[in-house]
Amino acid sequence: MTAFLNQCFSGLAMGGIFAILALSLVMIFQATALLNFAQGEMAMASTYLAWQLIQHRVPYWLAFFLTVILSFAAGVLIERLIIRRFASAPVLTVVIVFIALVFIIDSVVGWIFGYQLQEFPSPFPDHNWFNNPLVSSHQSGILLVTLIVMAVVWAFFRFTTLGLAMRAAAQNPASSRLVGIKVGWMLALGWGLAAAIGSIAGMMAAPLVYLDPSMMSSLLLYGFAGAVLGGINNPWGAVLGGLIVGVSVNLVGAYLVGTQLQLAVALTMIIGVLLVRPSGLFGRTIVTRV
Amino acid sequence: MSVPAGIKPDIARLPRRMPGRAPAFAAALIIGLLLAFSASGYHLFQYAQVLIYMIALIGLNLLTGFNGSISLGHGAFFAIGGYGAAILMAHLSVPWWLTLPIMAGLCFIAGFGFGMPALRLEGLYLALATFALAITMPGILNYKRFDAFTGGTSGLQVDKPKVPLHLPINQDQFLFLCCLAAALVMLFIAQNLVSGRVGRAMVALRDHPVAAQTMGINSAMVKATCFGIAALYAGVAGALDAALVGFVAPDSYSVFLSLSLLVGMVVGGLGSLWGMLAGAIFIEFVPNLADSFSDMFGESAKALPWAVYGVFLIAILLLAPHGIAGALRRLVTSVRDMMAKASSRPATELPAISVGNQPAEPNHRTTQGS
Amino acid sequence: MISRRELLASGAAASVATGASLPALAANAPGVTATEIRIGQTMPYSGPASAYGIIGRTEVAYFKMLNEKGGINGRKIKLMSLDDGYSPPKAVEDIRRLVEQEKVAFIFQSLGTPSNAAIMKYLNNAKIPQLFVATGAAIFSDPKKFPWTMGFNPNYQAEAAIYAKHILANHPKAKIGVLYQNDDFGQDYLVGLKSVLTGDKAGMITKTVSYEVSEPTVDSQIVTLQGAGVDVMLFAATPKFGAQAVHKSFALGFKGVRYLSNVSAAFPILKAAGLDAAKGLLTAAYVKDTSDPALAKDPGYMEWAAFCNKYMDKNAIVDGNAAYGYAAAQTMAHVLKQCGNDLSRANILKQAQSLKDFTCATLLPGITLNTSPTNYSPIRALQIQDFDGAHWKSAGELIHS
Repeated sequence: MTAFLNQCFSGLAMGGIFAILALSLVMIFQATALLNFAQGEMAMASTYLAWQLIQHRVPYWLAFFLTVILSFAAGVLIERLIIRRFASAPVLTVVIVFIALVFIIDSVVGWIFGYQLQEFPSPFPDHNWFNNPLVSSHQSGILLVTLIVMAVVWAFFRFTTLGLAMRAAAQNPASSRLVGIKVGWMLALGWGLAAAIGSIAGMMAAPLVYLDPSMMSSLLLYGFAGAVLGGINNPWGAVLGGLIVGVSVNLVGAYLVGTQLQLAVALTMIIGVLLVRPSGLFGRTIVTRV
Repeated sequence: MSVPAGIKPDIARLPRRMPGRAPAFAAALIIGLLLAFSASGYHLFQYAQVLIYMIALIGLNLLTGFNGSISLGHGAFFAIGGYGAAILMAHLSVPWWLTLPIMAGLCFIAGFGFGMPALRLEGLYLALATFALAITMPGILNYKRFDAFTGGTSGLQVDKPKVPLHLPINQDQFLFLCCLAAALVMLFIAQNLVSGRVGRAMVALRDHPVAAQTMGINSAMVKATCFGIAALYAGVAGALDAALVGFVAPDSYSVFLSLSLLVGMVVGGLGSLWGMLAGAIFIEFVPNLADSFSDMFGESAKALPWAVYGVFLIAILLLAPHGIAGALRRLVTSVRDMMAKASSRPATELPAISVGNQPAEPNHRTTQGS
Repeated sequence: MISRRELLASGAAASVATGASLPALAANAPGVTATEIRIGQTMPYSGPASAYGIIGRTEVAYFKMLNEKGGINGRKIKLMSLDDGYSPPKAVEDIRRLVEQEKVAFIFQSLGTPSNAAIMKYLNNAKIPQLFVATGAAIFSDPKKFPWTMGFNPNYQAEAAIYAKHILANHPKAKIGVLYQNDDFGQDYLVGLKSVLTGDKAGMITKTVSYEVSEPTVDSQIVTLQGAGVDVMLFAATPKFGAQAVHKSFALGFKGVRYLSNVSAAFPILKAAGLDAAKGLLTAAYVKDTSDPALAKDPGYMEWAAFCNKYMDKNAIVDGNAAYGYAAAQTMAHVLKQCGNDLSRANILKQAQSLKDFTCATLLPGITLNTSPTNYSPIRALQIQDFDGAHWKSAGELIHS
């Protein structure tokens, strides 16, 4: 029983990371209807930034927020400098640009920081909270951070004018322009937010999977799966989807098929769900006019 | 990725039986023969690799460029072709040329089988499903129970095909010529396919699915068949590759291969079959070019070639957002435009490159010759 | 066509004397001139195994240092190190470029089991030495089948056998749980364990769990091992997963004995896992723990540190992979020195087969390299070490496999 609970909590902690990653994917998808392949590498680069700051003895939380802000700026810059130029290009061309970004970020980070495994601190205490035997404080901390990020994102879209403008720009660019929303900047804002959220995912994941240039490549697929399972256009769904993927992959691996095929089985399950509910568990069905 | 609505390449016109086709094939054949008897063995190996990529890219393009379905996992079928051929050759002593039709058939079935359920998913979801296939493939090839056949991680060694009939050529020339023949045949088949009934149904489904269905096109059937054909091409390419390299291992077919194929297709030009040669050349040679380019950064820059590659990639897509074939087509159009102006005829009917938003009717022929 | 003919000619020149009319130098391998020996390798500078890229960079730097000191027997060594991205087809392409275009004399320390397996046949057919391959897979130490291919690392099966012997000697009643990477690397450990734990001892292995390199963590696997009630854990894992296993088993409060495969035992990796968590680990080592200040007066270490300060960046000093590369390059230089003026491929291979108690600056005291025409595994003994919370300390005598 302890083992079972341990599996569940390990899964939930990883699920939290998938969830934040899924959330950042949803941000860009909401703005541009594109899945950003470079999201993982962007998060990885942000995490190296945080690591560098911490190496220079910047206190953790200061480094954390600095990283989030700088990542936001980097996200905006990428959109303004590169993605913008492909606004009228075919969708697949943009996908290839994402792939190019993956190559560039990956090798530049490797060149600067090397490929050695680096330790990355957790902001949470070493001992388990309330002396519980099951959940480490970092694991529960990840879940806490996930919920906070979720709540902030939700409040941003629900209660701020800017959030409203972003939603409007994504759903109806033409009308938005007419009421004076700068649609182009809204896209850049979406990229910035996604990069900022992604950096949080990276900093939460790094104490568990350690920091190296390939740290996010194994997480990204799970982030995709979480986002798609929950419904790519629904932030709440993405978070739930991420958590479900985290737990189910662990349990499938430990109790059903062994770890060798856990990825294959988990993905098959997800595709099964999608066949029944094509817009994800919690997604809105988009009706397209023909 | 709001495919299929998004994947509308710049081909309003369908390729059709044009009189200019035979000369193109003849030219390709002559250039190929010239290369075969002038280039070194190492270069022939690279050229053969280009032709193999070209075959896989043509298949992928049939699926994406003409049918509007996306596949991020084409490397998986390449892997099935390669492993299947290697197992047939190494364990069952099947002659290598026989593995090509066998793997073509097997991969068609595999692709059709995968496509039947998966193609009910659209756009994004199909992208995820195929991406997942690409990621899990090395793990499946590595699966313990298959080790006796697959050789596990250390892979499977294959005897490279010998030159038959005492022909006065060496092994590299022979393999290159085989790849050349295969590439031309597969290209020919693809051209006939897209200009025929199936091709029209494919394009109709891409551009106007609802209308196509009301006209009696069996959407699931056509899409799955198309996926099967794309897998068939990848399978043939994979089998040729196994013979050329003489070795298969799970690491030969990482996600990177699938992504490279996608890159090749887009760089070559969606919806252009000859463009796939350009795409194949890009994915074979540009990494090497980037490598020598990044040597300027010194010894520590060993991993930088991929950053340089990424920059090249973005640059070429900026210059040619519709791929190399798209850019060439645009060039031709504008040259013609200029000539038309020069001869002071009203340049009315010359269509600009289609943005692809207007539904392209399958049978619609513009007044524009090609 | 040209290259093929040359290839055959050079192969023939190496093995058979092709005629008295040829000048003496013609017997030398391609890539050998009066002033230069050109050699080649492929390395995963990009892709999933890029952490090992530093091995190639160290080796290139080592020969640069040698050249500045005048080279070997008056010849400079030019090591061409190409990126294969850990992809076998790319390795084949690179090797053909090295052999046919760049005309290298032989291949040295190409890294990775699949990449080396992919080029092995080509090189053996052309009779080109493939020396000191950077992998511990047993297939590369088989002189009968592949006489031109020679290993370097102690092979993984031997390492696992040493763990099994150590367990039998110290914990004869242990219940063993094994975490292994699901590929040849990890499976070789299982084979090695089982080769020692036979008969009634076979039951000692109570639980085995595997992981795929594509997984984000092995936390779940460690939970499973812990749940199975084992009291000895063996982690046959590559660095990232090794560190996770060490960390997680500690976090779960595992009180038994833990063995960690030596590819993951480098100090920076344990530091990532947490030095507390790593305390009490055991491994079988052959490379020095260059992070240990106790080595400061060790002549081998001083040579190594001086090299790093001049030719590498400072971080490389504590990198076990770099130290490993240095040892391999040193061995290669020794072989070339032994060749004297006869740099035919046959003689290079012959000298590589004739290592006798050779020692390297960055290998542990007592680790010697020996080869013969029938022994293609230069390093056969390993030193059990335990981690005291700060550094690896040798415990007991060398164990021979």
